[in-house]
Amino acid sequence: MSAPVLALVDPVTGAGHMLSHPFMDYAFVAGTVIALATGLVGYFVVLRGQVFTGDALGHVAFTGSLAALALGVDLRVGLFVACVLVGVVMGALGRRGLADDVVIGNVFAWILGLGVLFLAFYATSRGGSNGTVSVQVLFGSIYGLSRAQAAVAAGIGGGAVVALLVIARPLLFASLDEAVASARGVPVRLLGLGFLALVGLTAGEATQAVGALLLLGLVAAPAGAAQRLTDRPWRAMWVSAGLSVLSMWAGLTLSYAVSALPPSFSILAVATACYVLSWAVTAPGRRRAVPAAPAP
Amino acid sequence: MSGLAAAAGVAAPGAPSLTWNVVADLRQLLAFHFMVNALEAGTIVAVTAGAIGWFMVLRRQAFAGHTLALVGFPGAAGATWLGLPLAAGYFGFCLVAALVIAAVPRVRHGGARSAETAVIGTVQAFALAAGILFVNLYRGFANGVDALLFGSFLGVTDTQVRILLAAGVGALAVLALIGRPLLFASVDVDVAAARGVPVRLLSAVFLLLLGAAVAEASEITGSLLVFALLVMPAATAQQLTARPRLSMVLTVAVALVVTWLALGVAFFSPYPVGFFLTTFAFGAYVLAVAARHAAAAAAGRRASRAVLVATGPS
Repeated sequence: MSAPVLALVDPVTGAGHMLSHPFMDYAFVAGTVIALATGLVGYFVVLRGQVFTGDALGHVAFTGSLAALALGVDLRVGLFVACVLVGVVMGALGRRGLADDVVIGNVFAWILGLGVLFLAFYATSRGGSNGTVSVQVLFGSIYGLSRAQAAVAAGIGGGAVVALLVIARPLLFASLDEAVASARGVPVRLLGLGFLALVGLTAGEATQAVGALLLLGLVAAPAGAAQRLTDRPWRAMWVSAGLSVLSMWAGLTLSYAVSALPPSFSILAVATACYVLSWAVTAPGRRRAVPAAPAP
Repeated sequence: MSGLAAAAGVAAPGAPSLTWNVVADLRQLLAFHFMVNALEAGTIVAVTAGAIGWFMVLRRQAFAGHTLALVGFPGAAGATWLGLPLAAGYFGFCLVAALVIAAVPRVRHGGARSAETAVIGTVQAFALAAGILFVNLYRGFANGVDALLFGSFLGVTDTQVRILLAAGVGALAVLALIGRPLLFASVDVDVAAARGVPVRLLSAVFLLLLGAAVAEASEITGSLLVFALLVMPAATAQQLTARPRLSMVLTVAVALVVTWLALGVAFFSPYPVGFFLTTFAFGAYVLAVAARHAAAAAAGRRASRAVLVATGPS
């Protein structure tokens, strides 16, 4: 009760108080890396019009996690294997590495159905009380990360960030103009597949922070805002990453101060607010400047 | 959620058991009032969702439909928190969300579709986040969350069936009224607009219908599995035929069969209805895709044989 009041009166002491809890430290460390990864990957997801893919992966994350639990394996094994595998498979199935809406819709609805079955398996094998597990996987539990879990999350997230930065330049080229890029010898198809594998990895990461159902917001909102704020690709990419990290920090702090707010909600609320603000800032000016052309 | 067999066993002496006598099985199933309600509700929902889903797949608005479905979750969670009926939450949130999506300008093919999908994705995630906030505020219905997300047909009341019927008939009536111009506008926006069809208005009305269909389906399938009734039957039918009227009839037929089968099987098994619903619908879709490929291959062989005959030595 005193912590939020203290934070309002004296922000520095309040922040010190907040970070004196180990679980807050873990949440901040893992959350920062995860947000960085989702912001960077999300920029390309939005640029390539693959938001729907990210959404489908969120559902796969749910089923993968519960399948692992039903089999008695670590939840994260199922999570990452399922996400990366399905990301690659969807890339291979769809035309030119961009999966088709209806195909994705059908596949992920069925995969969710499977998840429900695994949930039932898990519930019967553990004798009831399945509510909390599914809620944790679907909506995240970033305050519940242990020291080891946070370290693994940060490590994998860091790997995803590095991998993305390595392929960023050709990927941007291929995303903006696929025909020219492939004519210039850029391996467009391979890049598309590799990128979807990275999206899968990032989806698995984000599931641990905000949950399988909400990771889409962390992928789409900062990137959407960045695309509205600037037309320049590299700047937009970093703005997206920055907004994502900002949402994570602000959300974690907000939920610490007001305990009725679940952290996943606060993080998403800040990210959504950023997006809404970006519309408010840019909408009238753009319309006047470029009357007919749609935003890039 | 935890299996109907157990629940039914509590309700009446002798848990239901599957025999080879189909008539006896059906009689066993229909002996329970809640099961009759579930079948009635499932039928209404399958017809409505099938017909509206057919247009949705044709218009490539699967993503919008999915978003509407997810928006139903905070609606239902909020209604639970405030002590209102679930239907009020589903319909209220889905219809308002449909209006919001309609207000965002729909970008034509190619171009800047990415901006649109980012909006939908954000709305969707925020809606779910709001849902979990309501759940948190209400406290202590962790098991209810699963029912809201993945569906349950145990507690369909008579009133609910009546509401579903009214909403379904209303939505289908509107769809019948706008069906022809909507089909035109869905197939070729530009030509339709040039011919004076109010494309924008039609699109908005259709999104409202979609909202209503989603709200209906959510009460049976839960917010996350709405696709099983909204997309899969339509996608199946559109694999099999290109003729609009026939494929629409097929869509409704597939939706009905899938719903009845799923409800029937779930009644006799300990596993949730959502699993059976999605599995049967997905199975139909996979079969349809396979059938189309087989037909195309056969046609190709016939064509090449015809060519051989025509160009062969004479």
